Amino acid sequence: MAKKPTSNRPTRARPGKAQPDKGYVRTEDAPVLPPPPSEAGISGWLWHNVLASCSDFTSIGSAVRSIVMAFFTVFVGWLTISTAWGLFDFAVLSAVWSDPDGIKREACFTIDQGGQLPSGWHGACWPFVAAKMKFMMYGPYDIDQLWRVNLAGIIGLIGLAWVMIEPLPYRRYVGIFLLTVYPLLTIILLYGGGFDVSLMTLSIIFMIGLALITFGRLAGRGLLGETMAAFASAGGIGGWLLVGYAVVMLILGVDYGLRTIDTNQWGGLLITLVVAITGIVASLPLGIVLALGRRSSMPIARILSIVFIEFWRGVPLITVLFMASVMLPLFLPEGVNFDNLLRALIGVMLFSAAYMAEVIRGGLQAMDKGQYEGADALGLSYWEKMRLIILPQALTHVIPGIVNTFIGLFKDTTLVSIIGLFDLLGAAQSAISDVAWATPVQAHTGYLFVAAVFFVFCFGMSRYSIYMENKLSRGRKH
Amino acid sequence: MLGSIVFGLWWIVENTVTNLATQNKSVGFGFLSQSAGFQISTTLGTWLFDYEAGSSTYLDVYYIGIVNTFVVAFFGIFAATALGFTLGIMRLSQNFVLRAFSTAYIEITRNVPLLLQLFFWYFAVLRSLPNRRGKIEIFEGAAGINITGLYLPAPIPAEGFSATMIALAIAIAITMGINRFARIRQHETGKPFPVFWVGTGVLVLIPLAVFLVTGSPLSWEFPEFRETGPILRRGYQDGMGMLIIPEMMSVWLALTLYTAAFIAEIVRAGILAVNKGQTEAALSLGLKQGKVLQLVIIPQAMRIIIPPLTSQYLNLTKNSSLAVAIAYPELVSVFAGTALNQVGKEIEMIFMMMSVYLTFSIVTALFMNWFNSKVKLVER
Repeated sequence: MAKKPTSNRPTRARPGKAQPDKGYVRTEDAPVLPPPPSEAGISGWLWHNVLASCSDFTSIGSAVRSIVMAFFTVFVGWLTISTAWGLFDFAVLSAVWSDPDGIKREACFTIDQGGQLPSGWHGACWPFVAAKMKFMMYGPYDIDQLWRVNLAGIIGLIGLAWVMIEPLPYRRYVGIFLLTVYPLLTIILLYGGGFDVSLMTLSIIFMIGLALITFGRLAGRGLLGETMAAFASAGGIGGWLLVGYAVVMLILGVDYGLRTIDTNQWGGLLITLVVAITGIVASLPLGIVLALGRRSSMPIARILSIVFIEFWRGVPLITVLFMASVMLPLFLPEGVNFDNLLRALIGVMLFSAAYMAEVIRGGLQAMDKGQYEGADALGLSYWEKMRLIILPQALTHVIPGIVNTFIGLFKDTTLVSIIGLFDLLGAAQSAISDVAWATPVQAHTGYLFVAAVFFVFCFGMSRYSIYMENKLSRGRKH
Repeated sequence: MLGSIVFGLWWIVENTVTNLATQNKSVGFGFLSQSAGFQISTTLGTWLFDYEAGSSTYLDVYYIGIVNTFVVAFFGIFAATALGFTLGIMRLSQNFVLRAFSTAYIEITRNVPLLLQLFFWYFAVLRSLPNRRGKIEIFEGAAGINITGLYLPAPIPAEGFSATMIALAIAIAITMGINRFARIRQHETGKPFPVFWVGTGVLVLIPLAVFLVTGSPLSWEFPEFRETGPILRRGYQDGMGMLIIPEMMSVWLALTLYTAAFIAEIVRAGILAVNKGQTEAALSLGLKQGKVLQLVIIPQAMRIIIPPLTSQYLNLTKNSSLAVAIAYPELVSVFAGTALNQVGKEIEMIFMMMSVYLTFSIVTALFMNWFNSKVKLVER
């Protein structure tokens, strides 16, 4: 590179000014020299990234610091390499990969224990995970009905990928499908539909809803007087909620000819995903409402939001789940019996909504006051202002926080195993206590597998959030 | 809206009253004076309250739960802070080895559920220790570990030890006085005072002197390990030395290692948030590298670090409730678990349990508000 003749490059000397006879003026660029060996290549990298911090011997103090640093570096390096190697050795090199003879735990026995493996062997027993795979993914779900779970999962995956990949068309509609039709479809597929609903009650609810909507419309036009006009939006929202509830229950009540599979037959990753996704999807709108309530100028709404948020944030999730499983039955009228999964879902939803509200409030507070005033000056109503001006900016601001809450929620789903649901960790825990596979490496293998699954999900989410953050903040970075 | 909320509350109360009536249950805190008939494994709480199955009351159980929760939270906060700050600074280091280790540690620990880590430490690591007839010696004859826990020497204060404690309190007061004096003098004259060295000296020397003068009134009770005798009597002997049960160790380990990763990220963000111009300005004033960190960067970074750090402390305390999964006798496990199953007073007991966490959260929040108003930048 450096020895190339440089004459073909454009020179810096301007042709108009006659200078060539002056010997001391360069007419062409000096040749590019290679960087000194201490700056380039492996040695340069090593110098800058490792050695520089442990080779300052100019004074006694810095010499001591350098020596300590050198020892610390060697120790940390040894720790990193030995841990990484140990993990690799356990999971890949020493691992038992198959159990062709179907001898279960004896496939992972050392000679001392009556097996084939050399004494002192320590490696993963993957046939154990393979044998328990169905249980850890679906729990005790009927084997001949697994296609229903798979179908729901595949539709969800395709939808999610569609929304996340940018050049694809109709992403907005796919997103709406995922948030409205897809949950219903999933409930029907997983549970089997045919909920026990009374048509009479549903039609009454439907009628009340319609009446409320009509009331809202009329009151909104000022036809029912000033006092009633204040309740127009409340009536409208309430009416739509009731109508929506009636329609959803009607759809769920239809018999689709699928066998009913009760939630206590669900388990494994299925429950983890159901709890996490419900929590994630429900916490965002609830959190927005709570955050707006906390910043509202109406004292009742503000105080209620503050009490709600601080209560849920002040207690551990496990106590919320305890409360949901022990106290919820006491709060409901006799005869209404929620199943365990639904109780946990309600607890998780309320809990994560409170956290989400605080994240979103941070975004609302970070907004410039001029944005609020500008929206007001344009004559927008409160909801228009929030929907069109404030929330899009505020939510973009706090994407990292929102995704962090999602990740936290996803990890927290493991707690449902404490109140007796077999989520991925709970299923693994019960697989680990299976005597047919009891070996000294059983627990290690099971935990490693579960950790890997969780890591993939959480790490993936955090990477996607970083990507989104960079993309959305591009406009602000100039 | 208010009407619907009042109606909702009334509906819940009405249902609860009906349900309690059908189950023949009454509401009241009388059960607290009943005696609890179950065993609780030896911990600081049971030691403090002299717990004895059959004679201690449910109120004692409640207190034991609270003590055990805060013991593990306290040690967890202490260790997680130390480890978290180290990792956070390592992640910003020029040194590739340190940086890489810290990054890998943080990414892995943050993305794996805490409960799984707890299970790993308890079931996969501590359960593979030698059984109760064996041991791994840490210090010959003084400290050892096996599946029943970690055995350490127990301090036995004798008559006159309280003098040393009083001396320690006085030394702390003196140190605070020196700190105040040094700050005022530096403010007025600009002369720095070596507070750290003098303070350490006072804190160590005064209690040590009193301790020696009063005739060293402290002895150590060493754990006793029998290798001979009847097979069932071999191993560590009950009541000798200090026992730290494996449940507590795994809760402490898991909480520390998990929270340290979050603290490391907070520290890193705090240091990065200090404007580079601050470092450059401080260097151009002629301060040395170490002084730049001590006087300019760290005070400003701390302002950013402390609020999220406090919320991590709060999280750690709340997360200690996961110990219920491995039966460490803390509040949720022992009071809302075992005791609740025996007494069946859901409403009262869940209320009592939640109020502990809520009180702690509110006190922390008040402290945070006070702190924020104290360190807030005075803007002109």
